[in-house]
Amino acid sequence: MTVSILIFLPVISALAVLLFKNGATKHAALAFSVAELALAAIFLSRFVPDASIQFAVVAPWIPKLGIYFSAGIDGISMIMILLTNVLVPLIILTTYKHEYKNANAFYALILFMQAGMLVVFTALDGFLFYVGWEAALIPIYFICSLWGGVNRIKVTIKFFIYTFSGSLFMLVGIIYLYLLSPSKTFDLSAFTTTGVVDAHHQAWVFWAFFLAFAIKMPLFPFHTWQPDTYTEAPAAGTMMLSGIMLKMGIYGVIRWLIPIAPLGFQKYEGIVIVLAVIGIVYGSIIAFTQKDGKRLVAYSSIAHVGLIAAGIFGWTTMGLQGAMFQMLSHGINVVGLFFIWDIISSRLNTREVNELGGIAKVAPKFAIAFLIIVLGTVALPLTNGFIGEFMLLNSVFRYNVLLVVSAGSTMIFGAVYMLRMYKKVMQGETNALTAVFADISGSEKLVLGIICALVIIMGIYPQPILHISEAAVNNLVQTVNNKFVQVK
Amino acid sequence: MDKYIWLIPILPLAGFIINGIGRNALPKAFIGFLASFLVLVSFGLSIGAFLQVQHTGQFPAHLFNWFSVLEFKVSFDFLIDQLSSIMLLIITGVGFLIHLYSIGYMKDDAGFGKFFAYLNLFIFFMLLLVMGSNYLVMFIGWEGVGLCSYLLIGFWYSNPAYADAAKKAFIMNRIGDLGFIIGIFILIVFFGSANFADIFPKAATPQYATTTPYVVITLLLFVGAVGKSAQLPLFTWLPDAMAGPTPVSALIHAATMVTAGIYMIARSNILFTLAPVTLHVIAIVGLTTAVVAALIALSQTDIKKVLAYSTVSQLGYMFLGLGVGAYTGAFFHVLTHAFFKALLFLGAGSVIHGMSGEQDMRKMGGLRSKLPITFITMLIGTLAISGIPPFAGFFSKDEILAHTFTYSKSMYAIGVITAMFTSFYMFRMLYLTFWGKFRGTHEQEHHLHESPASMTIPLIVLAILSIVGGFIGIPDSLWSGHHILGKFLSPVFTNSAAILKEVSSSQSTEITLMAISVGGALIALVYAYLRYVKNAHVPVADEEERPALASLSYHKFYIDELYDTIIRKPLDFLSDFFYRVIDKLGIDGIVNGIGKGTMESSKGLRLLQTGNVGYYIFMMVVGIISILFYIVFKK
Amino acid sequence: METLTHNIQAIPLNHYILLSSIIFSIGVIGVLIRRNAIVIFMSVELMLNSVNLLLAAFSVYRGDATGQVFVFFIMALAAAEVAVGLAIIVMIYRNTNSIDINVLNRLKW
Repeated sequence: MTVSILIFLPVISALAVLLFKNGATKHAALAFSVAELALAAIFLSRFVPDASIQFAVVAPWIPKLGIYFSAGIDGISMIMILLTNVLVPLIILTTYKHEYKNANAFYALILFMQAGMLVVFTALDGFLFYVGWEAALIPIYFICSLWGGVNRIKVTIKFFIYTFSGSLFMLVGIIYLYLLSPSKTFDLSAFTTTGVVDAHHQAWVFWAFFLAFAIKMPLFPFHTWQPDTYTEAPAAGTMMLSGIMLKMGIYGVIRWLIPIAPLGFQKYEGIVIVLAVIGIVYGSIIAFTQKDGKRLVAYSSIAHVGLIAAGIFGWTTMGLQGAMFQMLSHGINVVGLFFIWDIISSRLNTREVNELGGIAKVAPKFAIAFLIIVLGTVALPLTNGFIGEFMLLNSVFRYNVLLVVSAGSTMIFGAVYMLRMYKKVMQGETNALTAVFADISGSEKLVLGIICALVIIMGIYPQPILHISEAAVNNLVQTVNNKFVQVK
Repeated sequence: MDKYIWLIPILPLAGFIINGIGRNALPKAFIGFLASFLVLVSFGLSIGAFLQVQHTGQFPAHLFNWFSVLEFKVSFDFLIDQLSSIMLLIITGVGFLIHLYSIGYMKDDAGFGKFFAYLNLFIFFMLLLVMGSNYLVMFIGWEGVGLCSYLLIGFWYSNPAYADAAKKAFIMNRIGDLGFIIGIFILIVFFGSANFADIFPKAATPQYATTTPYVVITLLLFVGAVGKSAQLPLFTWLPDAMAGPTPVSALIHAATMVTAGIYMIARSNILFTLAPVTLHVIAIVGLTTAVVAALIALSQTDIKKVLAYSTVSQLGYMFLGLGVGAYTGAFFHVLTHAFFKALLFLGAGSVIHGMSGEQDMRKMGGLRSKLPITFITMLIGTLAISGIPPFAGFFSKDEILAHTFTYSKSMYAIGVITAMFTSFYMFRMLYLTFWGKFRGTHEQEHHLHESPASMTIPLIVLAILSIVGGFIGIPDSLWSGHHILGKFLSPVFTNSAAILKEVSSSQSTEITLMAISVGGALIALVYAYLRYVKNAHVPVADEEERPALASLSYHKFYIDELYDTIIRKPLDFLSDFFYRVIDKLGIDGIVNGIGKGTMESSKGLRLLQTGNVGYYIFMMVVGIISILFYIVFKK
Repeated sequence: METLTHNIQAIPLNHYILLSSIIFSIGVIGVLIRRNAIVIFMSVELMLNSVNLLLAAFSVYRGDATGQVFVFFIMALAAAEVAVGLAIIVMIYRNTNSIDINVLNRLKW
């Protein structure tokens, strides 16, 4: 049993979904994604939580150029696989109340994107990683530009060119590493071998990779594609982007950037961590006065991702563990928030927070779900957001005591914009628009129920999830720490 | 007993889940019964825990490992000791009475089930707060009670002002919580653990006896306490929190949650003792808060607002006590305050209930005969808070003031003056409400009635406690060796007591001090009587002119407006500025600029293509020739 | 065969080079100054053939057949090119009724 089953099942599913007629497509897509989730569960049950790479596959692809289809799962990848495979069925389920034109293409693209992201999360070969990276981008480009909002074309082109130019820098970096590697290979382990790249060149490699990852996350000041894209993309596309795809950037930092260029990282750690912290404060403050609900969540996401990045750049086992956990939590919470806004906008045809109000009165179940997700987002203890945020802040704290105050302001600011939004949308008196708001039902209830359950269960008993990645993360941190130049 | 400790918080949680799910399906009687009964059972278990602590001292209880990273482990553990066992009794005991009271008070509310679910949830989190054996479990409770406070203040969220008050409370608490959690980070770095059992014994040992980290840690922890316990400058949320139903004000915003800050500092007393600077800051903040809040309370006309500011003021007293090193005294005041302030709030609730929802004291008056039980119990509560012996407040307040006297004479003087203010505004409230002629509408007068038994029984019980509650802490100067509470709590404060030098005044001095504060309270009482009963003075309506000072007090020193101007508005402006200027014009401008630049330069460059084939060929030949020249003449 | 080789070698190589250069230059100038597409096309052929001539000459002088292989290769290529090129010119003529290249100025921007 190797990881290739996990990667190719969504590809086959995508092709199969294309054959279905419109009505049945979503059921087929859901069935396939649930099968994929079940497969991931089987992998998880056979997974041994140590630092080794398991279920590895190495198949020659273009061996003359040193390109191999080489992939495997360790604790870090396992978390990412879980994230992807849990969220995709949920996201497909959120589309149940929509009728998309050419639905078979829509769902096929989602499944294909899933395959691309799974490649990214498991690849151990630079070339394969890059292929997966772009393979995930192309479907989301079509999803946004075909099924998006009014300004979709302009916004999507910007998004595509922006992220694509970022990844080209990474491609250059990968090819450069290929040329440097003694045996002319794209193998990750060859890239990370000490002495392949000297300190000076590591700086260049660092920035090349950093640019790609920073744009994808996105990190301040490379974020401006993100709010527009999130706002214009169809709800499912936004969820795929914010829930899973941006984690490709974070994962890239953990798996590729820092292990490959530890000396470059050591040199520029200060700059990137400050950028991340600026992003936290900046994103939060902008979120204060946003009137479009989706845009508000988009800016809040910049803040949250900034915290994850800052925690990683602090480079402690605790910070990385926090990042792993927070990636899961953030994925779940942000999908929940975007789904909330999808429900509101599909019922009322508006996302203006100021036009809403009093929905809690007419839709109590919806209000409870909304509140639980908001609480998860503002990191209340015993919700999933707290564990990650605690560890990440702790990591930033160990790096610099003053930075943690700025980073920690997310605790306050997060409460400000989230509760403000909740108040404007849900509390107060109903108006003509919101008085007829129908409470959630059917698939909506199921999705929000699952999300709320995850928010609370992960907050109360996070240990099993933390356990999956602990050995791998610790091993990674130790390995990289040993490569740092000892500063006198 | 240790085996059943986990039941104490789990029972209210079960109540929350059952009532939460069945909030619309279950009959009201059952919901009310279940919620109160579960808290009562918790109370019973708490008594068991208390007795065990009395016999065997503190004991821990392990539940499960919450989360861990390598060696750093956070487990979901409880620690029951003298301090937490008393808090358990207060929370479940007073909590039960307030549940009982709420059955009557909320019986006509549409959100009856929801209310009890939230109330149970609050009890759960509050119990976690006091039972936690490490700072992180405490933090769960700490934030959890903040959540419940948010939910209950915004209980009638249809009113935007109430929803805003809820939001404000949560956010202000969050500011404190940030300080708290950073303090916890430092503790973890410094001691390698967040467990009380690891930190406190180590802190008392000489090799950890450096002052600087403690000052930083304790100041940060104190920031947390300032938020939760509504001290300057984060106190403005508490008066607004009166938007919640009155039982909530009694339980959360008087008896339990707001005293969490004092509990936390008393719990970490050794750290604070090692940081005299922080103690001094605490004393000053506490005293200032006590004075400012008392000054505001002097002119408030809303009965609940008076009580809210009085709560802030009393909390200030408790912090003053902590600051001057009177840990026992401060905690004693927490205890007595829980009795008489809960009583006063519930009494006020009974008045409001009788007045069909009216809270303005200018519309009340002469309620003595109509609400006799409420009147007598509230009178007891007022006497207690004013520090008239032998009511409970006298003993605890006196203990704080006596310590303050040895710490600083001027602080003592301000403390006594504040006590006089307290006595004045409390009796002002009492006179305006229960004496004189009825000033409300005819309809209100018609409906005026004493509250049902489920509401008066808690009042009576709390009134009895307010009378006798002080006797567990009789000062040595009056009856030596009968400070039961002090003896019981002494194991908690042993290490601190060893460091703080006990400066006790002579017996005669102490008795003089008592006489001064009692005298002051009586003078204020009499003055209030003359002004509000003899002269039948009624506070003027909102739109009328007030003298400058009175106006300042009535408008709460414009602190809310100040915060609005210096914090909220600039932040909103900044938000807009960041979004419109920096994000859209600045950063996105650069990004789009790169795109536009490419387009523009291509516009210029493409003019080179004229479309004339001859021209193209010519350029080709020129190109080839120049390449040839380059190759031939390169060297 | 021997005599042919001999005869060719009797003429100095310089003459071949000169001739080729002249023919090539005529081709270049023809391409540059003429406006008739057919003439330009012929000029291109002229250039190709001047190169062919040169290749053949060098080949004989150096006794290496490779050059002549290339000549054949170029001739085959030129034939193909003529087929495609003439087809294009015919199409242009059908569309514009002219084979003046100055009329074909829409190949821009």
